[in-house]
Amino acid sequence: MAETVLRLNDVRRLFDVSAPWLARILSGTGPRTLKAVDGVTLDIARGETFALVGESGCGKSTVARLVVGLYEPSSGSIEIDGTDIASLRTRKAQAPVRRRVQMVFQDPYASLNPRWRVKDIIAEPIRTHSLIQGEPAIRARVDELLRQVSLTPSDGDKYPHAFSGGQRQRISIARALASEPEFLVLDEPTSALDVSVQAQILNLMKDLQRRLGLTYLFISHNLAVIYHVSDKVGVMYLGRLVEVAAKADLFGRPLHPYTRLLLDTVPDLAMTGRDRLPVRGEVPNPIDPPTGCAFHPRCPLANDRCKSERPSLLAAGGNLVACHAVQEGRLPDWGTNTVST
Amino acid sequence: MKPLLELRHIRIELPTRRGTLLAVDDVSFTIGEGEVLGVVGESGAGKSITAAAIIGLLEPPLRLTGGEILLEGERIDNLPPEAFRRIRGKQIGAIFQDPLTSLNPLYTIGRQLVETIRTHLPLTDKQAAARAVELLQEVGIPGASERFNAYPHQFSGGMRQRVVIALALAANPRLIVADEPTTALDVSTQAQIIGLLKRLCREHGTAVMLVTHDMGVIAETADRVAVMYAGRVAEIGPVRQVVKHPQHPYTVGLMGSIPSIGDDLERLPQIDGAMPRLGSIPRGCAFNPRCPKVIDRCRVDRPDLLPAGATEAACWLHAPEVAHG
Repeated sequence: MAETVLRLNDVRRLFDVSAPWLARILSGTGPRTLKAVDGVTLDIARGETFALVGESGCGKSTVARLVVGLYEPSSGSIEIDGTDIASLRTRKAQAPVRRRVQMVFQDPYASLNPRWRVKDIIAEPIRTHSLIQGEPAIRARVDELLRQVSLTPSDGDKYPHAFSGGQRQRISIARALASEPEFLVLDEPTSALDVSVQAQILNLMKDLQRRLGLTYLFISHNLAVIYHVSDKVGVMYLGRLVEVAAKADLFGRPLHPYTRLLLDTVPDLAMTGRDRLPVRGEVPNPIDPPTGCAFHPRCPLANDRCKSERPSLLAAGGNLVACHAVQEGRLPDWGTNTVST
Repeated sequence: MKPLLELRHIRIELPTRRGTLLAVDDVSFTIGEGEVLGVVGESGAGKSITAAAIIGLLEPPLRLTGGEILLEGERIDNLPPEAFRRIRGKQIGAIFQDPLTSLNPLYTIGRQLVETIRTHLPLTDKQAAARAVELLQEVGIPGASERFNAYPHQFSGGMRQRVVIALALAANPRLIVADEPTTALDVSTQAQIIGLLKRLCREHGTAVMLVTHDMGVIAETADRVAVMYAGRVAEIGPVRQVVKHPQHPYTVGLMGSIPSIGDDLERLPQIDGAMPRLGSIPRGCAFNPRCPKVIDRCRVDRPDLLPAGATEAACWLHAPEVAHG
């Protein structure tokens, strides 16, 4: 298929979550690290939508922040269009690459400066990267961007408080598009919105992708939204990818037991009047994850090997799966999935 | 059969400097014994405010200015606060969205349970403690007797919500009002909590008013569902009918705009625009500027709930003269 736009190579990001120094001395505990992202490798091809799904604390938002450069990876490399970001030493050298990757945040109430007019919010990337010279030309570009997200040029003179959540998210998208990116990182872009507004924003993002040839990294915990927008899906659990597959395979033939669990727990309109399979346990504390496969305490198929040896992401029937049970062929017949794809 | 809870023409106002806004405008519905009524709607539709009015916790300046709330045929909306306190907890339990804010961080969960039980039931400390452990076991807290002396921060989000459910069930209420009980939880935890709530209420014969914006949760849990829009009930009926054969154009749009696994659509059907703000609710039917089937009458007259198929919808399309003429 198409060329790779974004490549993550065994990316790790650790956070120091130690107690303060004195408290550590007094209680005799050592430093503690949180492995928010623990060895993630993935490729995203031009024009596709790659979705990351997982529960809170699984590291999906940290991946988003690593990709746009809000965090530096602790180890591993991030390549954009074949250029390793870490090889560009200065911010100035990074700017032309960074410009091509933009982000839309979850909360449209927190991600727009309330003291700026919308036209200045949208024009900021244009000015920062000196993409267009002269105020009239910048204003014309801002108007065009506003129209692209179905707002009107007169909206540019208002402040963010005058807009509803959905309209604010349109402004966020217009700002992200201002630097003419090829790649957008969308971190839960519709989670703060009502369903009818969510549909508007999802439709807008699909239109823009088709029109501008954008590539998306789409992060969400909502599997139905992911089913609607994605081409390829990665499932994360406690900082690691446990399964990566094309959408039809992941939803039609999920292999990893955690993916099964997630798919079984989606509240769905089709579930009226049915009881679902009981699920065990909750996501463990990521500061002190279980040994071996992090999912083993909740997994019905766990054996001794799962408790001690961490599975790597290996090919299995078209999917990439990190599971000993899959590799050893211990997967029971769960029956065909009810989802037809 | 007499309904357990009955709301008659409830009206809730919000006085502001620029005039009084109507947050809830003439809402009526009933909940039967042991029935689960789902209330859905988008933010600002008035669903949480309606729930707060039922448990007598409307936050000023919001105030109930019209209508009646009846519990087992007795009016409860005009009770003095002291009398209401005896009903809340004893006959109506409450579960809120954020389990961390509904528990007191300074007391052990055991103490909070014992306090609630002793407030409402004539039990000694010892008996109350035994009942508390029983409740914790019932809501699936592993090692209930050891966890009895733990503080809320020592529990995970899902476990905390289980404790809150135990608190709500402590005095065996007839009705539980649950306002977005799973919104703060992860999906796999959410499924457990919904399953738990469903099972316990079935076993105890407790009725539930389940307020949420998540149609999937409602579809799985509720017997009947009320869809709210701009402070009014747009449609109410058996959950299967409302989900599969919605009658109000807003419900139709709402159901269509929810993405579903297995539906391969290039675009989601969308309702353009957004729900009006409280200050600018249009004349006639509040949905008329967004409605694809709007007729002249919708812009002038406000529709009340009318029988529509197997549900009731507040829509002129279902007026006898329109439907058959």
